[in-house]
Amino acid sequence: MSLRLRHPLKTARGLGSAKDGTHHWILQRITAIALVFLSLYVVGFVAWLAGSGYGEVREAVAHPANALLLIAFLVASFWHAKLGMQVIIEDYVHTPWLAATAQLTVIFVCVLAAIASVLAVIRIALGA
Amino acid sequence: MASRPRPLSPHLQVYRWQIQMVTSILHRATGVILTVGSLLIVWALLALASGAEAWGDFTGFAGSPLGFLILFGWSWAMAFHLINGIRHLVQDAGLGYRIESFTTSSWVSVIGSLVLTAVIWLAAMFLRGDA
Repeated sequence: MSLRLRHPLKTARGLGSAKDGTHHWILQRITAIALVFLSLYVVGFVAWLAGSGYGEVREAVAHPANALLLIAFLVASFWHAKLGMQVIIEDYVHTPWLAATAQLTVIFVCVLAAIASVLAVIRIALGA
Repeated sequence: MASRPRPLSPHLQVYRWQIQMVTSILHRATGVILTVGSLLIVWALLALASGAEAWGDFTGFAGSPLGFLILFGWSWAMAFHLINGIRHLVQDAGLGYRIESFTTSSWVSVIGSLVLTAVIWLAAMFLRGDA
């Protein structure tokens, strides 16, 4: 129980709207729509390659169209993951330091995972 | 300060289970599963980029019983989150809010996800030449 006697409304009143209240919601939908198509493509791509050898898989990933779509999938999905995990933490983690730590962890892991996987696709695509 | 515990708003335990609750909860749960599972994609791509030996480690894991279980569960999570996500996008457009259609579309998400998972694995086995 907080001992703060001032009503939260008192703190917020007069500050006005931040004007970007829908930003998160809209980004979540944009990445969702992209992922409807991209995830179907990736599932098909993986099913198609099931049982293929190292060389074959590498060649398939290196193909410009596949490399492009894979990178689009990786960026969209880690972005979407970050947005979704953020809402879940906001809803269920109420201890301030724990919530902040969880949010930071999600952001760092998602960004690092996105960069690492995109770099891997680029290395494969460029034949490095 | 009141000495007795303050009343809390009703939570999961007071409601009779219904399919709309199941899809809502599963959407979040599968979202978390997919987030954690997507780290497997990172592993796969890093292994593929670094060489045949690392790739062999990954495919060895993916082909193991534990790996199969994870991949199978992950494919279902993806199927569910995909179909139920499309359902949510339709609802975002303002459609499907009548109670009957809400319930029906929930069942479509649940049953559809099982069907799609089966299709994915049958397709993969067929393409691989196992079936």
